[in-house]
This record gives sequence, structure tokens and C-alpha cells, in this order.
Amino acid sequence: MAVIDAQGVYYRELNQRIKELLARGEREITLNNINGQRYIGDGLTEQAKLIINGTPGNDLAAFGNGAELVINGNGQDGIANTMNGGQIIIHGSVGDTLGYSMRGGEVYVKGDVGYRVGIHMKGYQDKQPLIIIGGTAGDFFGEYMAGGRMILLGLDRAEAQDIVGNYVGAGMHGGVIYIRGQVEDYQVGQEVKISGLDEDDRKELKGYLSGYCQEFDYDLEEVLNAEFCKLAPCSARPYGNLYAY
Amino acid sequence: MSLDYKVPEFIIERDRDKCIDCQVCERQCANQVHIYDQDLEKMVAQDIDCVNCQRCVKLCPTNALTIRENPSEYKKNKNWTGNMIENIQKQAASGGILLTGMGNPTAKKIYWDHILLNASQVTNPSIDPLREPMELKTFLGRKPDQIEFDESGELKDLPPQLELDIPIMFGAMSFGSISINACKSLAQAASDLGLMYNTGEGGFHEDLYQHGERTIVQVASGRFGVHNEYLNAGAAVEIKVGQGAKPGIGGHLPGEKVGAEVSKTRMIPKGSDALSPAPHHDIYSIEDLRQLIYALKEATDYKKPVSVKIAAVHNVAAIATGIASAGADIIAIDGYRGGTGAAPTMIRDNVGIPVELALAAVDDRLRQEELRKNVSLVVSGSIRNSADIVKAIALGADAVYVASAALISLGCHMCQKCYTGKCNWGIATQRPELVKRLNPEVGAQRVKNLITGWSHEIKEILGGMGINALESLRGNRLMLRGIDLTDKELEILGIKHAGK
Ligand code: SF4
Ligand code: SF4
Repeated sequence: MAVIDAQGVYYRELNQRIKELLARGEREITLNNINGQRYIGDGLTEQAKLIINGTPGNDLAAFGNGAELVINGNGQDGIANTMNGGQIIIHGSVGDTLGYSMRGGEVYVKGDVGYRVGIHMKGYQDKQPLIIIGGTAGDFFGEYMAGGRMILLGLDRAEAQDIVGNYVGAGMHGGVIYIRGQVEDYQVGQEVKISGLDEDDRKELKGYLSGYCQEFDYDLEEVLNAEFCKLAPCSARPYGNLYAY
Repeated sequence: MSLDYKVPEFIIERDRDKCIDCQVCERQCANQVHIYDQDLEKMVAQDIDCVNCQRCVKLCPTNALTIRENPSEYKKNKNWTGNMIENIQKQAASGGILLTGMGNPTAKKIYWDHILLNASQVTNPSIDPLREPMELKTFLGRKPDQIEFDESGELKDLPPQLELDIPIMFGAMSFGSISINACKSLAQAASDLGLMYNTGEGGFHEDLYQHGERTIVQVASGRFGVHNEYLNAGAAVEIKVGQGAKPGIGGHLPGEKVGAEVSKTRMIPKGSDALSPAPHHDIYSIEDLRQLIYALKEATDYKKPVSVKIAAVHNVAAIATGIASAGADIIAIDGYRGGTGAAPTMIRDNVGIPVELALAAVDDRLRQEELRKNVSLVVSGSIRNSADIVKAIALGADAVYVASAALISLGCHMCQKCYTGKCNWGIATQRPELVKRLNPEVGAQRVKNLITGWSHEIKEILGGMGINALESLRGNRLMLRGIDLTDKELEILGIKHAGK
């Protein structure tokens, strides 16, 4: 296992060092004193593990495809941008545009997430991206969603705080969002239908949540023991009849 | 209802003396216009479905067919033209957005046609390119602040460059919007000629990976088929922000066109709509753009130039300055005449500005800001011939993207119905029986012939100016003069009026 002290190291040099270590066959690297360095883990295809202590900068693990990242701290914007595979575990909260156009892999966030999370997430064959968020989310959650799963738990939130903002799933045409709690019709996009969970949904949800609860030490049964709602697209072709031929 | 009754746009005339009822036209027309009538024992045509793609005309063995515009005319009215009236009728019947294909056909000024080129007379003798070397080689990418050589005489710290033997690239057309055989033709031609081909936003088909060194891979808002291997498979990465035919709006490939192969290449389920959001939702500012540019550079180890493609719009010079400051290596500007597989008619015909004016404005501004050497400029949006290219270079472009012209060389007849997916020439279609009409080897050869012809012409024009390297023409607006242009237009183009 290699350790890099990132104190005052410019992102370009830091990322180059990570890539060099991986190229030499290193499979686990701990990065200490991370403080805003961008693009960590971008485009990594290796089956390797990065343990990040501190607060990594924007675009963490963009275009990633296989690596596992553990962040002991908060994250910023653009995490898992266009990610194709791998796993990111964040022991804190993160900013906006998490998982934009993500096609594969998993992201677990313990805390809250910002705006525009999971925009245009998509699934393809065996690739079904998954984002699980322990806290709350801002507006435009799952906008344009085309595939995959997002689960929003809203655990430990203040009484008055909404679990999610407005325009949830606007333009959604694939995938499923599970929310632990209620959302109102006015909060979701026109293309979304809200329903309760059936037996299959519950089974699916339990499967997804068991890894998450284990990771963050939550009691799975307790998390599951609540009212959930399911958001799915009304149609896979929301804009099918828009044109005059 | 009779209000919905349509009149044919085109009339099919069949010369009965020539027609031998061989039914070739019936087999060739995907719009099922020609039918052999068993009772009448002769070919008949349903003019209403004809789009005037000329396929049947060209393939009729006895030249028996002629397609004409329907001579029936509405009462003359310069304001309420037949076209305007028919558009309203279509929308009154459907409530939909008017859709169209290919580039803006309206009669707005084409600036290329108001610019004239110079030639040497007496002084500064002209050069005969057939006997003397003529250099068209072009490098796209950021140029270094200063030049240093290492011990072996190689340039030190040169940012990544794209090397073009001729300053022409094939503009972005996705697999999905065009057929695999059209993609193969273009990619093969680019490889053989030392040019570049652009995947568009539809991913990179595995049959095209062999042309990786000659490929620009595109990253658009839908991120279809974008993953690490894709980014590294090409020679450069292009972020598509906008397209001249539809600035400010996204794309929409209907599920019917997402068959097995398109699904695999775009990495989306078969039959699902491929929706490209209007903006990249990770780019809301120049700072965000910089972030994506550098994320791509990180993911490709700084080995590939990153291009940013925008539509030519009102503040294009300021926008281009922002893009150059954001770290792009290439800026591609697509004018309002640029082609498309599908775009709303109102947007195509009314949004954006001519690329000639945009190019002149951007080149000027980048020079003023001392950013010009940081980026290469590529322009597109209806480059129709070699003279357009020479004019573009003299106005300040480093290279051009050619798309519609390349498709015409592959058989496109500009029927503008690409969005129907029934292209009889095997180009804008995914139907196997139509796709196979375009043989990729023949296609590649035809594209190569076109570009070879153009490169001879460019050399002739350069020779005539007494210039033996394209580099000496770049941004050399003294070689241009305007005709029929206002003072303001001349000022923006930075050229003098003819006679001066
Ligand atoms: S659509 Fe094309 S092939 Fe069919 S009748 Fe018209 S010109 Fe001929
Ligand atoms: S590509 Fe095909 S459908 Fe499109 S304009 Fe050309 S001939 Fe018509």
C-alpha cells in the first residue's frame, strides 16, 4: 500500500503520481491531506483502491471505469461524471451534478447532495448505475434520467427540511428513483409517475440497501421500515409526438 | 377532413414511350411512390409521397422519369408564400413542431459569394503547382510560447497537435444520424488522405476503431457511448456545445432508429429515444467548461488536443475568447447554414449567424486578446467548394469541417428528408436494405476524389497568388476583396471593397 502526502501538491502532479503508482502495479493508495485537488481518479480503468483523506475537488472519478474510491470527508461538484464502472464511497456530503450521465458503477453518499444529481443517468445491458444518498437532495434530482437506480433516504434530517427539491425527474424516460418518504406531485416533472412499492420493488430495494447499510453502519431493517415511494417515467418516449411531419 | 388535404410537392412525369415497366423505380423508392398496377398493367406513381431524392430518376435504365416541382401555385404573395401557408396547414393538422433536415436553404446572403480572391500579375510571379512544391500541411492545436529543441533536434514540450495533409476534416455526423456505410466511407477517406473524421455524438462503432488515429471523438450533452476507452481511441476529443443548424437546442434520435448496432455504439437500450439535453448540465459557465476540458485532458493524459465546437451566434467573439481562456486547443465554429439530420425548421432557418462574419470577428478578437496562438480555428457551416476553403483560410481559419459536401459526394441529393430515416441513397438511414446501397469502398473513393480535386484547386489558387504554402495565406485578408457589401460588412470581414 502506497501513501501520498498531498499537502500543497498541485492536482496535475498529484494525479500523475497516482497514475505512475498504479502503472507500477500498486493496488491501494492512500492520499492524505487532500484539499481541493481536482480530477482525482479521472479515467482510471484499473481495479485499484484510492483512500482519500480530506476534501477532494471537482470532477472526482470523472470517466472512471473500475477503481474504488473511499472519501473520508466531503466531496465537491461533478463527482462520477460520465462514470462507466467502479465504486465511490463518500463519508460526508457532496455538491452539485453528482453522477452526470453515469452509465455504470455505484456511488454511496452518507450525507446530503446538491442540485442536478443523477442527470441523464443511463443503463445499458448489465450496466445499471446506482446512487444511494443518506441525506437530502436539491432541485432537478434525476432530470433526463434514462436508466439506473437512485435511492434517496433523507435519514437524520431536520424536521422542517424537505427530502428533495423541485423538478424531480423532469424529462425522465428510464430508470427508477426510490425515495424514503413522500414527494408531492408539484415536486416532480410532468414525465414522472409516483407510486408505492410492490413486493418486487421492496426486494430490489433491500438488495441495493444492504451494501450501503453495511458500509455506513446503519441497521438495514430500520432503514427499510418506512414509507417509500417510487418514481418511474410515464413513458420511455416522452417527446414522441412533438413533431409535424 | 378536406382541410387536411395535401397537394403533392412534386410531380412525377413518366415518359410512356420510354418506360419498359421494369419496376426498378418501385424497388428503389423507400417512400413507395412507384407501384406496378396489376389491373392497368403499367407503372403508376403516388406523387404525394415523393420527396424528390432523384433516386428513381438516376436509376431508371431508360431515363423515362422526370421529377418537377408541382407547378400549381398559390396566388402570388411575397409575404404569404406557398411554403408559409403549407407549414401552417401541417401544424394546424398535427400541433407539432416543424421538422426538417440538412442546412438552411433560405435566400439569405451567402458571404463567400461576395468575396473575391486575388492573383498575381507582373510583379510577384505566380507559381505553377504542377511543377513546384506547394505546402498545404496544417497542424491544429495550441502553439508553444517559445520553441526549444532537445539534443536530438526534436521540439521540446510541444502541446499535442493534429497533423492534416490538407486543411479539411469531415464534420461531426453520428452513427445513428448516418449509416455505418457512410461512416466507413468518411473514416476510410480520412485515413487515406491524412485528414480527420469526426464521430459526432453517437459513440464509436467498433468497425471504425482501426481509423482511431484519424478520428476526433465527440463528447456531447448526452454523453452517448462516452467512456475512457472511447476518449483514448481517437486522436482528439471534441466537446460539442452547439451546432449551427440548431444553436441552443439538444438532439433527439427517435427510438425507431436505435437498432442493435446503434444501441451498442451509443450504449443505450434498443428502441429507446436518445435525448441529448440542450446544455451540458455540467457546463453552466466558462469555468465549468474549463473543468470539463481539463477532466478530458486528465483522462487522456494530456496527449490529445481538446476541441470545443460552438454554433456561430451573436456574441461569438466574446464566447470564443472565453473558450480559448478555458484551455481549449481548437475552437470549431459552425455557421447557420450548417447541416443536420433533424432540426426544428424555425430554429434552423432563423437562429445563428453566417460563419464568414463569425470567423472574421473571432479571429480579430483572439488576436486582440493575444490568444490566437493558443487555439486553432476550424470553421464549418456550408463549405461548398475549394474557393470557400481558400477564403476561409484567408479570413483566419486554420482548417474547415466539410460535411454536407462529403455526403453529396456519397450520393446525397439534398432532399432534406434525413429525419424520416428513409434516405434512398443509404446515407441518412438505418434500414439494412437501404444502407447496403452505399458501398463503403466506392463511397471512400468518391470522397477521396472530391477532396483530391479540391486540393488541386487550392494549390492552383495559391499558386496564382504567388504563394507556395497555405501558412502564408492564413489570416492574410489582403488577398480578399468584397463586392456588393456595405461598409459595415466590409469592416466586420476586415476586407477592402473590390477596386481598392
Ligand atoms: S422519393 Fe425519390 S425514389 Fe421515390 S419517387 Fe421521389 S425521387 Fe423517386
Ligand atoms: S442524406 Fe439522404 S435523406 Fe438526407 S438530404 Fe441527402 S439524400 Fe436526402
